[in-house]
Amino acid sequence: MAEKILMKGNEAIGEAAVVAGCRHYFGYPITPQSELIEYMAKRMPQVNGVFLQAESEVAAINMVYGAAGAGARVMTSSSSPGISLKQEGISYIAGAELPCVIVNMVRGGPGLGSIQPGQCDYFQATKGGGHGDYHNIVLAPNSVQEMVDCTVLAFELADKYRNPVMILGDGALGQMMEPVSFPEKSAEAPAKPWASTGLKGRKEPNVINSLHIQAPDLEKHNYHLQMKYRTIKENERRWEEYRTDDAELVLVAYGITARVAQSAMEMARAAGLKVGLFRPITAWPFPYEELGRLVKTAKGFMSVELSAGQMVEDVRLAVNGAKPVYFYGRTGGMICSPKEVFGIVKKIMLGEEEK
Amino acid sequence: MAEIAFARPESLRDVPFHYCPGCHHGIIHRLVAEVIDELKVRDRTVGVMPVGCSVLAYEYFNFDTQEAAHGRAPAVATGVKRVHPDNVVFSYQGDGDLASIGCAEIVHAAARGEKITTVFVNNAIYGMTGGQMAPTSLPDQVTTTSPYGRKVESVGMPIKVCEMLSTLDGAKYIARVAVNNPANMAKAKAAIRKAFEVQLSGLGFAIVEVLSTCPTNWGMSPLEAVGWMEKNMMPYYPLGVFKTPEEVAK
Repeated sequence: MAEKILMKGNEAIGEAAVVAGCRHYFGYPITPQSELIEYMAKRMPQVNGVFLQAESEVAAINMVYGAAGAGARVMTSSSSPGISLKQEGISYIAGAELPCVIVNMVRGGPGLGSIQPGQCDYFQATKGGGHGDYHNIVLAPNSVQEMVDCTVLAFELADKYRNPVMILGDGALGQMMEPVSFPEKSAEAPAKPWASTGLKGRKEPNVINSLHIQAPDLEKHNYHLQMKYRTIKENERRWEEYRTDDAELVLVAYGITARVAQSAMEMARAAGLKVGLFRPITAWPFPYEELGRLVKTAKGFMSVELSAGQMVEDVRLAVNGAKPVYFYGRTGGMICSPKEVFGIVKKIMLGEEEK
Repeated sequence: MAEIAFARPESLRDVPFHYCPGCHHGIIHRLVAEVIDELKVRDRTVGVMPVGCSVLAYEYFNFDTQEAAHGRAPAVATGVKRVHPDNVVFSYQGDGDLASIGCAEIVHAAARGEKITTVFVNNAIYGMTGGQMAPTSLPDQVTTTSPYGRKVESVGMPIKVCEMLSTLDGAKYIARVAVNNPANMAKAKAAIRKAFEVQLSGLGFAIVEVLSTCPTNWGMSPLEAVGWMEKNMMPYYPLGVFKTPEEVAK
């Protein structure tokens, strides 16, 4: 690890991509992630890479498809409305089993929404987003340093599973500055004998494709994808727990909200209330098992989100009716404060809050 | 010793086409394959295949391919070309694909001077989805979504893709051809060859529009369809070279 430098979240992701061996970036400007596309515009030529500003998000993700199919480590980034446009391409990329990294600095929605932070893209990030039965691997960092670590990891996981990986950030994480350090390099990209590089002496052509026009063939392909997703679920769940051992109320939060929830937890502990925090780092695969284990000790759970309640559905699945699940969220680009969350925590623990 | 005068191009696999009787895709596939063979670039070619009737083209061409979403072939081809600048990359697209849903992608690939080649098959109708109106359907042409004929006062005039793209500096070679008779097939092949040579010279974007029939959706016999194309399409979509760089003009 090199020395620490102060960097903005969006730019730190860009530098981490360079470290990870990403040499192709295709994007389209949108607030609040424009610093990332600007960083790549500056950085890619310096490392003999390719930067291209596409005519639209739709074109950008399809350039990613082409580059990933041709064997490159490739990235794109956007924010909520732009990610909606990219969903067509993401479905094709998932269907064709291509590795790529997609960054989503989420902002308030729906529609044009706002340019302030949000977590209202959880559903589209984790439940498919585009058409068909598929999943992205979704990494949800909560600091600028973790955005660096997750970006490097994202490229490795993408190649390992030939699957799109999404970094699910938000406007606050993208815009904030924190000290970070970068690894010297990431694991080398594996050989990609399946890529469409031109035959170059190979006998059989490589075809990058998501079309299986015969129904039995497509079903077989879907079974194959589901088997892969099962492997990912078994091997790639990531999470952190804070003071959950004796917690009566477990807060569940990811990304920027996890930091708010952690402060609220500390306020609660100072007031003698046994509160803990469970933080998914992989939003997909969601750590159901690990969260579910806490039903033995906790009396209740509360999902804290910058949405009208999306991850709370996964929390309910994990808790499976064993204990009450509460929800607290802000929307529209509003961020909850630790004091505000602590207020809700107090009410719940005194039995005043409805489920 | 007998000499082989005519054989299947190496760039075309020995499998039967699925295309309807009288459809021109088979001829156009063959011309593309012959050109790639003759230029000796099969080993470094990546074709980007479209949505539409030619969606299965990757089963016919004998080199690496990628299947793109509707209209996105120029963007996909851009991604491939930027990773492997030494590859020969082309998109093969129909008129619904290129002139409607993928209009932005083709315009911007041309504007960037993307060093790719596009083979654009214009049969003035949506084929695979069952004969709906295309942006290239002619005035008063009856289709399943223009059952009273294409009314230009409500849906506008057909798009002349070659003429439109000719305004862009990044587009270096633009030609419209047809494969309605052997003489025109020879001209079509020459144009396709030149479009690939422009790419090999690194000059910029090249496109060849090939006027084509759709007997099934036009409701005609193959011969009637050729006649209809000559009588109705050729006057509106004149054949010829719209742009050519001096370096390959010769």
